[in-house]
Amino acid sequence: MDAQKTLDTKGLACPMPIVKTKKAMKDMESGEVLEVQATDKGAQSDLAAWAKSGGHELMKSEETDGVFYFWIKKA
Amino acid sequence: MALKQKQASEVATKVINQDELFILDVRNEEAYGDWKIEGASVTSMNVPYFDLIDGVEEILPKLPRDKEILVVCAKEGSSIFVGEELVEAGLENVSYLSGGMKAWSEHLEPVKVGDLPGGALYQFVRLGKGCLSYLIESNGEAAVVDANRMIENYSSFAENKGLTIKATFDTHLHADHISGGKTLADQVNGMYYLPEEDAGEVTFDYTALKEGSTVTVGEVTIEPIYSPGHTIGSTSLMVHDAYLLTGDILFVESIGRPDLAGKAEDWVQDLRTTLYNRYKEMAGELVVLPAHFSKMAELDEKGLVSAKLQDLYQKNDGLNVEKEEDFRKMVTENLPPQPNAYQEIRETNMGKINPDEETKREMEIGPNRCAVN
Repeated sequence: MDAQKTLDTKGLACPMPIVKTKKAMKDMESGEVLEVQATDKGAQSDLAAWAKSGGHELMKSEETDGVFYFWIKKA
Repeated sequence: MALKQKQASEVATKVINQDELFILDVRNEEAYGDWKIEGASVTSMNVPYFDLIDGVEEILPKLPRDKEILVVCAKEGSSIFVGEELVEAGLENVSYLSGGMKAWSEHLEPVKVGDLPGGALYQFVRLGKGCLSYLIESNGEAAVVDANRMIENYSSFAENKGLTIKATFDTHLHADHISGGKTLADQVNGMYYLPEEDAGEVTFDYTALKEGSTVTVGEVTIEPIYSPGHTIGSTSLMVHDAYLLTGDILFVESIGRPDLAGKAEDWVQDLRTTLYNRYKEMAGELVVLPAHFSKMAELDEKGLVSAKLQDLYQKNDGLNVEKEEDFRKMVTENLPPQPNAYQEIRETNMGKINPDEETKREMEIGPNRCAVN
């Protein structure tokens, strides 16, 4: 999936993946897609809940070799 | 004042003693809705940490100023983050739960049930998950029933009292938590007892737990009583003719569900016979000690979950359904969701899969849900 920006939060524990995602999203335009990579299992449900509460669209998420990938479209 | 660290054991003491406790739970709403720290004296409020990243000003008016605030999250990282924000905002009495809900899920609180010849019976209360396990001691020997995965709780308890664990029992193949029975038995070179009917797919050695084969621990006898219904093998243990360890068949406020091995319809009649015939013929004075509780209100002032069998026949709704058809409906329809990862937990308890420690923890997150309501 095409993303305008990629954020690597691998190895970071909660709350850092979301703190960094939030910061990265601030610099993006509405409609742009951010790819987030994380290894913290908690990030999975938290990123989905965070995106929902902010009105962003979690377009896709998948897990490969212990790394979670998320594609979030900015509202 | 700095942010303070609170251990799960300290929180457990507060919950059992019914000391006032204010919790700010910063997990996401779904996780909070699924499972949280509860108790008669607990007030809790849920605001996800990701809504507090830019500051806590919005929630300050809703937080108490005159009492301690305990911040809780899944592991602990986010609760430290939010806790420090609260301290910076000027709140004076803020702490976080060390290890988060994972530590809460794993904490076991030993409570003495009563004396036995040459020893005593203890209930290990897993407050965070509603699991109850037992240690029977007599004359320096001990047995553990329905052991949880965190076996060091039992081995260190035994060591402190100078006891030798000679046997562990599982009343049935568990679907809600990972059993520590086999691992603990291997560690102490003891026997591991499991009902044969539940062990069809088990990949390791065990000793069949069956009616008629009494086990003794010191001066105390443990008598297996076949009581199917939650699983086909479910076996209760009568300890010293005074206590009835019912496993997941009969709880204080509910009864077991027959569906976790996918055979609700087949096992309804077994459950009915166990509860309405087998147990009914037993002495009403027996103290029922189940493998689960579902509400904090079931704990008495010591933290113990128990009831006399005759009292349960008076007040437990699951024992008072006259018509078989109504009973069948009650235990097969409108059941609560199954426990988290229950299939994988069953496979782990059979030895078919062996997930790493972290995965095991994840599998056990959430309430036990072994009762019909």
